[in-house]
Amino acid sequence: MSKQKVILVACGAGIATSTVVCQKVEDLLKANNISARVIQCKISEVPGYEDDADLLVSTTIASRTYKIPVVKAINYLTNVNTQKIDQAILDVLKA
Amino acid sequence: MAIAINEYLNKDLIINKLEAETTEDIFQALSEMLLKLNYVKDSFYTGLVKRESEFPTGLTLGKYNVAIPHTDTIHVIKPAIAIATLKHPVVFNNMDGDGQVSVSTVFVMALNEPHCQVMMLQQLMLLIQNEDVLKNLDDAKSSQELYDIVSKFECNLA
Repeated sequence: MSKQKVILVACGAGIATSTVVCQKVEDLLKANNISARVIQCKISEVPGYEDDADLLVSTTIASRTYKIPVVKAINYLTNVNTQKIDQAILDVLKA
Repeated sequence: MAIAINEYLNKDLIINKLEAETTEDIFQALSEMLLKLNYVKDSFYTGLVKRESEFPTGLTLGKYNVAIPHTDTIHVIKPAIAIATLKHPVVFNNMDGDGQVSVSTVFVMALNEPHCQVMMLQQLMLLIQNEDVLKNLDDAKSSQELYDIVSKFECNLA
């Protein structure tokens, strides 16, 4: 069995928009039968997690570059073209 | 327990057609109301300004755009949403750092528990995704009307 993937969901304060995005990501995982761990955090906390994570889903400005792929998820909030984010997340997880 | 958006609304936390030139004007007006009614500590305003400058909250939606300013839980006593429609649109930076947006309605979220306000947040997101609702907010003539629009939207969802 391959290692369980870890997804970071980050926003500026780690309390508001990432809560909404977390829910969307968990729904997406469920719909696709993917088992992954979702961690909600502040964008400033990402460096502490990124060594063990596979993907960063962010609603805010990425102030630096990360070692892991980053998917911008602002469209989950505005509900515009969300299939594109779904696909981007699935692509990383299935890679 | 899931708590819906209605629980976070207060008629005294809503301003219709606020005259504001800058984001600070808006934060000042809404923070003052929140402070007066004991929802937040007096550090809330500074927290909002700082947070907005680092991580902006403008959301480009289409004809009517919104901002959802918020800050760290330490500045908050009890949770609430304060709402202002603006007499003239005010420019915010977009949340993803990609340019600016002219905002007509502002929802300041005072949140005191991380991760726990999912239902309210989802309802707020559904609300801002609904252009008819945003138009109605923009057209509203009083804060009572604004309150009715937002609280009625919650009922429609349930």
